[in-house]
Amino acid sequence: MIKIGVLSLQGGVAEHLKLLEEIPGVTPLAVKKKEEFEGLDGLILPGGESTTIGKLLNIFELKEIIIKKANSGFPIWGTCAGMILLAKDIEEQEDSHLNLMDITVKRNAYGNQLDSFKTTEVIPKISDKKVPLTFIRAPFITNVGSEVETLLQLEGKIVAAEQDNLLVTSFHPELDQDLTVHQYFITKASKQNLELAN
Amino acid sequence: MTERDELNKNLAQMLKGGVIMDVTDPEEARIAEESGAVAVMALERVPADIRKEGGVSRASDPAMIKEIIKAVSIPVMAKVRIGHFVEAQVLEALGVDYIDESEVLTPADEDNHIDKSEFKVPFVCGATNLGEALRRIGEGAGMIRTKGEAGTGNVVEAVRHMRTVNAQIRRLTTMDSGELMAAAKEMRAPFDLVKYVAEHGKLPVVNFAAGGVATPADAALMMQLGCDGVFVGSGVFKSGNPEKRAKAIVKATAQYDDPTVIAEVSENIGEAMVGINIDTLPQEEKLAHRGW
Repeated sequence: MIKIGVLSLQGGVAEHLKLLEEIPGVTPLAVKKKEEFEGLDGLILPGGESTTIGKLLNIFELKEIIIKKANSGFPIWGTCAGMILLAKDIEEQEDSHLNLMDITVKRNAYGNQLDSFKTTEVIPKISDKKVPLTFIRAPFITNVGSEVETLLQLEGKIVAAEQDNLLVTSFHPELDQDLTVHQYFITKASKQNLELAN
Repeated sequence: MTERDELNKNLAQMLKGGVIMDVTDPEEARIAEESGAVAVMALERVPADIRKEGGVSRASDPAMIKEIIKAVSIPVMAKVRIGHFVEAQVLEALGVDYIDESEVLTPADEDNHIDKSEFKVPFVCGATNLGEALRRIGEGAGMIRTKGEAGTGNVVEAVRHMRTVNAQIRRLTTMDSGELMAAAKEMRAPFDLVKYVAEHGKLPVVNFAAGGVATPADAALMMQLGCDGVFVGSGVFKSGNPEKRAKAIVKATAQYDDPTVIAEVSENIGEAMVGINIDTLPQEEKLAHRGW
């Protein structure tokens, strides 16, 4: 059994939990207390409002444990707001949140709700079939460091990337019924945990 | 459901577990964002003042809404009168993220709500029971909230509406398929939505608490009753210390199932808004009766 936590302070938590439940061998857990992070094999930072989740991470003193785990190779996947939380730089903002991944992100990069959209695309490293991509007031990546691998560009904008144990997507795989990206993260988490154990 | 409906429902899903605050100027909007609000509702007067001052209450000045959109990075919602589809067209043109077709403003049409499926921008609507919620969803609402009794600082009506919806959902899930048409008839609700609720045991869109939430414990109460998030209207900026209270309500909503946290955040947050007892309120002054 592989235990995947979904940070459950605010946002689309239930949607991630529901998809994780459909993957055999995965125990999904909603986590919002320090002690709940112990024993996890991976963590998902869901979509929601990054300013709200960022403040709640500070208030409930959860930043330190997430940063510590990330630095020891613990797999973390940020979707939409989760991507903003992981970024080292946020455009037009002085402070970042967890400051873990060497990317610069632009918030609400596509505009307001009228500019939210759906599409489908192949993400070569993840799957050779097209996966549905849902963008809700989404951010995109405007700059990546040398350690970062770009996984998908959409009309020249980076919308999925990876840096070692960290995965980020501008879009929300949890809002569609397709398990591909979740499956990819589970495989990544299993591999990483195997390596850590050795 | 069209792709646009799906996207609009999705935005509401991203607001779950959050607090949406009424604000009347850019400064309040910044305080709300700084306190951890997931969205703000831009309006000229909070419901408590609308009650006090009376008169016809309409959609807000576009200039004020534009200033608020500029002031914050979180989604901005704004209210239109029930049935006033032109006010809704104006808000859509301004680029607001969500429209509240609200009983707090003076209704413009006593028979018809807005045909929300005509719009790209998403709508939230109030409901006092399941039939009303499903009628609004049938018209295209992407999000539902309890009506509560806005501007009173009294949570009793929000509790009544949430419990009513929950009980009616539970009842539908126990019915066999042959009974659903009669249930739809009784609730005056679209049959396909009645079938959906019977099958899934929940509404097809998120359901927030609204109307009378004034304390962190009120917010946590509504969350424990099964709401997906909370609107706070007059409760924040009509209280003794808006910033402290706003932060406390945000924290209590996030950790709604932990009484230790709720106790901690409820300490020394200043005076709550005074509040009105619903049974002293004349029938014609109850806002929840507006719309059907």
